[in-house]
Amino acid sequence: MAQIFPAWTNRLPLMVIAVLLIIASSVAGFFWYYGSPRYTDVGYRPKQPQPYSHKLHAGDLGIDCRYCHSDVEKSPNANIPPTQTCMNCHTLIKADSDKLLAVRSSWANKTPLEWVRVHELPDYAYFDHSVHLSAGVGCVSCHGNVAEMEEVTQMEPLSMSWCLDCHRNPEPNLRPADQITNMTWVPSEEDKIKAHQMMLTKKIDPPVDCSGCHR
Amino acid sequence: MSSSTEHIEEPLIKGNPSFGKITSVISRISEKKAPRMWYVAISITSSLAALMFVSIGYLVWEGVGIWGLNNPVGWGWAIINFVFWVGIGHAGTLISAILFLLRQKWRTSINRFAEAMTLFAVMCALVFPGIHVGRIWIAYYMFPLPNQMDMWPNFRSPLLWDVFAVGTYFTVSLMFWYVGLIPDLATLRDRATTKLRKFVLGILAVGWHGGNRQWKHYELAYLILAGISTPLVLSVHSVVSTDFAVSIVPGWHTTIFPPYFVAGAIFSGFAMVMTLSIIVRKLFALEDYITLRHLERINKIMLLTGMMVGYAYSIEFFIAWYSGNIYEAFTFINRATGPYAWGYWIMITCNVVVPQMFWFKKLRNSIPVMFVISILINVGMWFERFVIVVSSLANDFLPAAWDYYSPTFWDISTFVGSFGLFLTLFLLFIRFAPIIAMSEVKGVLPEADPHHHAQDHDHKEPNDGH
Repeated sequence: MAQIFPAWTNRLPLMVIAVLLIIASSVAGFFWYYGSPRYTDVGYRPKQPQPYSHKLHAGDLGIDCRYCHSDVEKSPNANIPPTQTCMNCHTLIKADSDKLLAVRSSWANKTPLEWVRVHELPDYAYFDHSVHLSAGVGCVSCHGNVAEMEEVTQMEPLSMSWCLDCHRNPEPNLRPADQITNMTWVPSEEDKIKAHQMMLTKKIDPPVDCSGCHR
Repeated sequence: MSSSTEHIEEPLIKGNPSFGKITSVISRISEKKAPRMWYVAISITSSLAALMFVSIGYLVWEGVGIWGLNNPVGWGWAIINFVFWVGIGHAGTLISAILFLLRQKWRTSINRFAEAMTLFAVMCALVFPGIHVGRIWIAYYMFPLPNQMDMWPNFRSPLLWDVFAVGTYFTVSLMFWYVGLIPDLATLRDRATTKLRKFVLGILAVGWHGGNRQWKHYELAYLILAGISTPLVLSVHSVVSTDFAVSIVPGWHTTIFPPYFVAGAIFSGFAMVMTLSIIVRKLFALEDYITLRHLERINKIMLLTGMMVGYAYSIEFFIAWYSGNIYEAFTFINRATGPYAWGYWIMITCNVVVPQMFWFKKLRNSIPVMFVISILINVGMWFERFVIVVSSLANDFLPAAWDYYSPTFWDISTFVGSFGLFLTLFLLFIRFAPIIAMSEVKGVLPEADPHHHAQDHDHKEPNDGH
């Protein structure tokens, strides 16, 4: 019988298996990498209705985060400040600046500025700022160094596995209460021992079961 | 090879065909034009299969609410059908693996299509857990894929064990079936007259030329696959049974479940092999190859496994009483006398009473009797799963939550449609593949025995694939 298949076809089954394996792992790898919030969400920097520099206010001027986000230690939500908070200063400072037109018109018309939310968790994930702060997690751990940002940008993926990384091992992210808003704090050896003691004294045991966050 | 008693017994293959005759009789089935009956049959079965796909389409569109599921009975026909089809899928591997290791030569006439039947039954089975999840588009969650949620399947759940048990079973059965097919596909390839047939069969036969080295490797591979498959025959339905046994529902939470399910699976699988082999041997005049001797042995296995199932039914009752657990006791009394008693007694009649007819040699050798009994057994085995799933769920711990379960049109259409899928695949198989393992059947002929001294030495070499 005449041969209808050339010799290289002997290797075809192995090649097909290899290609299928490569395709399958590529598809899984593609979604694992490009489907992850680490790729899709980190770097999110929406345009805000009023240019506002955290670098100027929180960094150069050194205003504490809690001056504006005043409820963050008491409430699940770190509140966005009302226009009144801006006007505490801006009735006197740069009161005529063109750059603050939107703030003044909001103040005059009693209509809030519609800030665009940067760090958005899905509705099915329960998150409480106050609990995290009282445990000793600093702002910078989740929001990055906001005091260096002209425009606020999402620095961390806020994905479920990212949450769980800390919930499973919170100790490296704990700091003394007076350093909560410090963006550049670096723990000393002593602080690391203190963090370990905080784990014990505050009985820090973050939930890792489903209903911890999906209530 | 064959023992001396083999010569005294009636030969496995009747009519003393030559090797060449076996090749031509079996090959011709897939080479000549299909009989008109085949077209009639496949148009009916593929319409039924289409009905199943329509039902599934509507299910995806509308959700599992179209089924008869209600509040206590959250597992209905989908699970019943899954267990039913997986059970049927057990005979193939049992015949091909365990009977191979036990050197039961009579398996050669029926193993090919029993294995094919296994594959098709497992395909039908896999449809049901696939569609019953509700949101089919995220069914990939059943597999351990890396994801940003750090979320993995729950390895403590028997439902996940199912995914792997049935998946492994399907893969190994497919490999076993295919490896067994290679020499016969090469035979078909060498007989092929059209270019297309040569090409397709050439690919499928993966360069088989029947040389000594190839046979050596082939037989070793077949033996290894038989070794891998053997524990699977026992493990798959054991794992399926843990879907129930690991829960705490009365009537499910029993240690007897794994062996009880395996016996039932082999019982129903052999019944399906019987039904199909009676049809096939009649349709293609293969009475010399699938002889009464084969069928009688299948009947004996059904008698044995049927009694094992009957034993399990009675032990369940005994344990319900012996445990002193009122919920367990109630469940079993409720099965026999409660709202689903009709199902229970269909099960007992078909699975325990009817197979007792096989004690009589006359009935064991009567084709119409065994045909009817084989169908009744599968009816009974379907009702076994119905009784287990529905009666335990409908009447569990809390009487206030009890409800009566009845299926809807879509439950029935999906199930009936799955028979369409099964039979369509089977019809395609008998049309296009060698339905009897030619090379293996040649191996059990008296001429294949090296000690055989027949006058007629014109036959070809026993293991010649051509």
